[in-house]
Amino acid sequence: MSHLRIDLRQRAEELVSLYPRPRSAMLPLLHLVQEQDGYLSEAGIAEVAELTLTTPADVRGTASFYDMYFLEPVGKYVVAVCTNVACLLAGGLELLEHASTTLGCSVGSTSDDGLFTLEESECLADCDIAPCVQVNHRYVRTTTAETFDALVGELREGKREHEIPSHGTLIRVRRSGGLRAPKSEIATERSGAKAARDKRAEEQA
Amino acid sequence: MAVIDSPRIVTARAGYEDSFTLARYLETGGYEGLRKALTMFPEDVAKQVDDASLLGRGGAGFPAGRKWSMLRKAPVSYLVVNGDESEPATFKDHFLVERDPHQLIEGIIISAYALQVSQAFLYLRGEFALGLERVQQAMNEAYEYGALGSKIFGSDFSLDLVVHPGAGAYICGEETALIEGLEGKRGFPRIKPPFFPAVSGLYGEPTVVNNVETMSNVPWIVLNGGAAFAALGGGRSTGTRLFALAGRVKNPGIYEIEMVKNTFRDLIYDPALGGGITNDRKIKAFIPGGVSAPWFGPDLLDLPMGQDEVAEKGSMLGSGSVVVFDETSCVVRAAWRITKFFSRESCGQCTPCREGSGWIERAMYRLEHGGGRMEDLELLLDLCDNIAPGLTWPPQQTTICVLGSSIPSSVHSAISMFRDEFAVHVANQGCPFD
Repeated sequence: MSHLRIDLRQRAEELVSLYPRPRSAMLPLLHLVQEQDGYLSEAGIAEVAELTLTTPADVRGTASFYDMYFLEPVGKYVVAVCTNVACLLAGGLELLEHASTTLGCSVGSTSDDGLFTLEESECLADCDIAPCVQVNHRYVRTTTAETFDALVGELREGKREHEIPSHGTLIRVRRSGGLRAPKSEIATERSGAKAARDKRAEEQA
Repeated sequence: MAVIDSPRIVTARAGYEDSFTLARYLETGGYEGLRKALTMFPEDVAKQVDDASLLGRGGAGFPAGRKWSMLRKAPVSYLVVNGDESEPATFKDHFLVERDPHQLIEGIIISAYALQVSQAFLYLRGEFALGLERVQQAMNEAYEYGALGSKIFGSDFSLDLVVHPGAGAYICGEETALIEGLEGKRGFPRIKPPFFPAVSGLYGEPTVVNNVETMSNVPWIVLNGGAAFAALGGGRSTGTRLFALAGRVKNPGIYEIEMVKNTFRDLIYDPALGGGITNDRKIKAFIPGGVSAPWFGPDLLDLPMGQDEVAEKGSMLGSGSVVVFDETSCVVRAAWRITKFFSRESCGQCTPCREGSGWIERAMYRLEHGGGRMEDLELLLDLCDNIAPGLTWPPQQTTICVLGSSIPSSVHSAISMFRDEFAVHVANQGCPFD
């Protein structure tokens, strides 16, 4: 019995088939587990191990290296405020402190209502609109305390759900179909191309 | 005077609201480069890129054409495109991925044709949720249009492209760590030699790794010829380049300008570009190429923005991001924050980097927040020297990858340029800018 929902399980199997080796699907599969559970649950990790032909220890060992994976539940909205150099110059540290007050949780923790987790983030590559804030990895571009508070109000009222899905949902656009170039066709093409190239090289020489 | 009339090579569509759609792309000459490439021999396509002497836009600035030709001796198995842009204050790839995904995809297809590979991977930073969706959408359109998949545009060339989301790790921007991430492992860089991707890359097979901006230049080069690209810029730095301007300037943003023809002063002060310092204050210093690069003072504002020009003065153009400090910016705080970043992002394999970054960060923290001593400056320089012996540029490397040797840049720059400000921090037992 699969822990992943039937549609996510199907996507997971498609992902594995896109790579020459199943383990390569590790990172996208972990994102899928977070899409369902919001974090990396025990059962989700076990399923990724099964799909990638590894062990839960391998999966956990890989997952814990990456900042975007959470090994315990987090809020519906993960709010990341950047304080790296460009944002620092624009008041990132001050905005982070303000966010902590507004959300009612300290940096690295989750608000009591389970709605928000606050993170101090490294550079998010949007430095011309600084300080940069992301909610569930969507740029929200609230650079002042006022616009930040307005955003939080809207999130509380559920007004931004169409644009900011719950934490874990990363790519809402599905790949249409799997690999399209059959292996036998590629082998023929490559050997044909190589023969043609060798012939050209010989003619030149 | 700034030279801003050069052709827009990678930002030609930036003005359109719908620049990311296939319809707009086709209307503005999209996939013409690919159609042309498919009528040429693969080695001739590669030659155009070689003639362009397109320097890799990821940070190291290695010529893309040479990367490709080194490989053509042995058949290449995979093309991997590096879109894990995480160097602080760098946001050009973010722009290209969100605004012109088809241009990137076309560049990848043409490059794959030149290299004769049939499987390509695009490793995109996980935090780019919108970028990931735009690229996936564009790829779906490209497959539908016949530009990807089996028998592209009816030719004898097939290619599959897979977009691979990262998961938050600066180190995965390093090409061998990126390959580890693509193999489903922790992003631990591999030691070179022997693990040059060209020799032993993805799954131990010959692999070409190129940056997003590098790929995005390829359609134009094929359409207009390598010579036309090489005619722009000067010396070894050909073509245009995206510069990401951030910090205390009036108009931070992405600017595509010709290499070498402009100086840092042009970029920062020209009304059409940076527009000058916020509130017309005075400039204190700037970082010429990402936080791994040593800083420059105002005396180097008139330096032309070229790869070798910047290298000669002891820094690098790196990832093309310029950060500006004005007279009210605290350089001690900036250097502390940059070190905190390296400390957090060190993968932990090599002792000088893992331990050194944390040690420097703690010493910098107390200088900035109170508790610092003047002896700390010598301690910091000694620590820096242990990571990059001699504190030369380019740095000596004691670690597997260059993250380690990037750590000293900002601290060493801050101490050598602004020792008096450190003294004030010590005397004040805290930051005088608070």
